[in-house]
Amino acid sequence: MRLLDEYRDGAAAKRYAQAIARLVKRPWVIMEICGGQTHAILRFGIDQLLPQEITLIHGPGCPVCVTPAETIDKAVALAARPEVILCSFGDMWRVPGTQGDLFSAKARGGDVRMVYSPLDALDLARRHPERQVVFFAVGFETTAPVSALAVYRAAAEKVTNFSILAANVLVPPAMEAILNSPDCRVQGFLAAGHVCTVTGYESYESLVRRYRVPIVVTGFEPLDILQGIHMCLDMLEKGEPAVANQYSRSVSKSGNRAAQELVQKIFTVTDRHWRGIGLIPNSGLALSPAYADFDAEKRFALPEGPDAGRPGAGSAGAGSAGAGRPDSICRAGQVLQGLIKPDACPAFGSECTPENPLGAPMVSTEGACAAYYRYRRAKRNAGKDGPTA
Amino acid sequence: MRIELNCPVNPGDKDRIVLAHGGGGRLTRRLIEQIFAAEWQNPHLDTNADSAILEGLSGGRLAFTTDSYVVNPLFFPGGDIGCLAVNGTVNDLAMVGAKPQYLTASFIIEEGFLLSDLRRVVASMREACRKAGVYIVAGDTKVVDRGSGDGVFITTAGVGIIPPERHFGPAAIRPGDAVIVSGDIARHGMAVLSVREGLGFESAIESDCAPLNGLVEEVCRTATVHCLRDLTRGGLATALIELAGAAGMSMLIEEARIPVAKAVHSACELLGIDPLYVANEGRCVLFVPEEEAAAALTALHRLEIGREAAVIGRVTGAGAGVVELESIIGGTRVLDLLSGEQLPRIC
Repeated sequence: MRLLDEYRDGAAAKRYAQAIARLVKRPWVIMEICGGQTHAILRFGIDQLLPQEITLIHGPGCPVCVTPAETIDKAVALAARPEVILCSFGDMWRVPGTQGDLFSAKARGGDVRMVYSPLDALDLARRHPERQVVFFAVGFETTAPVSALAVYRAAAEKVTNFSILAANVLVPPAMEAILNSPDCRVQGFLAAGHVCTVTGYESYESLVRRYRVPIVVTGFEPLDILQGIHMCLDMLEKGEPAVANQYSRSVSKSGNRAAQELVQKIFTVTDRHWRGIGLIPNSGLALSPAYADFDAEKRFALPEGPDAGRPGAGSAGAGSAGAGRPDSICRAGQVLQGLIKPDACPAFGSECTPENPLGAPMVSTEGACAAYYRYRRAKRNAGKDGPTA
Repeated sequence: MRIELNCPVNPGDKDRIVLAHGGGGRLTRRLIEQIFAAEWQNPHLDTNADSAILEGLSGGRLAFTTDSYVVNPLFFPGGDIGCLAVNGTVNDLAMVGAKPQYLTASFIIEEGFLLSDLRRVVASMREACRKAGVYIVAGDTKVVDRGSGDGVFITTAGVGIIPPERHFGPAAIRPGDAVIVSGDIARHGMAVLSVREGLGFESAIESDCAPLNGLVEEVCRTATVHCLRDLTRGGLATALIELAGAAGMSMLIEEARIPVAKAVHSACELLGIDPLYVANEGRCVLFVPEEEAAAALTALHRLEIGREAAVIGRVTGAGAGVVELESIIGGTRVLDLLSGEQLPRIC
């Protein structure tokens, strides 16, 4: 696949790293929004190529990590119902709610299925008219259009045994919440290329105007990320913040209009709690009144979640991304907001591991803590064991 | 009232495994003779005896291993549970330098399992035995209630003889050894994933399921082998991490030199899965002295199964026993065990 090889060229990566080193004059803090970018940075060692003036911090762009524990509890409760087949993306399975995760729901007898697309869940509903098929709709603007399409088709075909647990969230409001935080260190953003493929990047222009931060729509391959950093630094050093598009092979300014229209038709924007961050206004997607019949929360009369303002639920701060333990030393909230690096958390690698995660970012493949654990912990430990002969 | 003049016995039952197939009576006998013995017939398999009586197991140390096989779906592109059950055990023997000779096979079959599917599995085992040059000499069948199994589970055990001069193992790995992978990786795991319900994607990826004993003999004729390990669950990375730990030897692997077929690479990227940790069923890593690496590679390249073999790194020395991976853009990271199965990512 040419797409992969071209953007992973070692010699080109080194040339970019040299260009970045020539450009940088002062220390800068840049946040990559998407968990996929975080993983690429650690997997390929991109940060090792950068001059020490540049600090990359990892944003909240892991939709699995920011899904509130209470929402996972709802999925677990749905899975426990004998008539329900609960369908979920793979990386949601290990994320703990307060009542365990979807793996444990399956072990207790729930019918939980892994799917790659909401349309596969809809297909399952067609094939099992005697069952209720619920799709656990998590993700950013990237997965929302397909969830919308599944609901749209279910309505058109009158597939009445299909519904979704709507938990999609939106990226720009989260970026604004980070910029509004009094502890914010972020001076420039690498925006998530896949999200912008759907949304375009017009909405970022007002963020740039109001907060004077450069935003570079960036892809996920090593050369994409290095070029994104280069473009961001160029604007930072010149003091000329703007929106730039590194990922032009996929992203246009206006995005995918058909997908946007479908999302607007099926969903309505709502306030949403983000695990570890708290309530972010206008940051979630709920089913619009016309499609409320496909809302699993209503169909199964689930108890109201944190978004209905239950006191204390999903509040920001240390521990709130933990596995529902108020005394948790987990600092996932600060990790998700980019305030600390994962390995600065006192629980990292000791009390908190992928086998026994205290916080969601340790569980998901896109979580910053899991990425650090997988790609950096062994290296630190290896260092402790002394040099190799 | 209308009376149905139908036979009360469901004719479909003849096509399926019923509990009586495991009851030890006439149906059990018929199953053994018509399906298992008919396919596997060989001079060592006597369905009337309680044990196989074997000759010729001499001339070296005896290697003896067992493994159980469960896979969903049972049939996947490039193989099925039957060839897995034979090749897996053959390969476990081959990895310690043994020449595999005899296998046993035990089946736990779920009530309602299609006899035609059982025939396919048994025929596939016959074919795998033929390719590997081994015989199935004893077996067992149990039938469990519908819902208590997942179609069929197979356990195989195997024996083989290790020639006296061979002492393969992590303890024999030496600093400077070349690390060779016998072929392109991650085919089996991605082939199975491509047909799993809910995750299906169109691909031409076939499992690499194959016996490795022929390959081992071929390499042993031309080069000194220090250690072998077949890449099964956990993939290349897990095998290397375990060997580095067991040997107390660190290794440096170059990502750019690891062979991955394009279709496999694309599927892994699409699903957010790292091919280094994906299962294989017909690949191994070989540790050979650096100066003999070229000869070993030449021997491997002569074989169909070893065409894609490549030197992917080297043993850097004694010490922490870690595996460092140099990424294709030049960064390095230490490979670590995963906590569980890789799960497809959403974006």
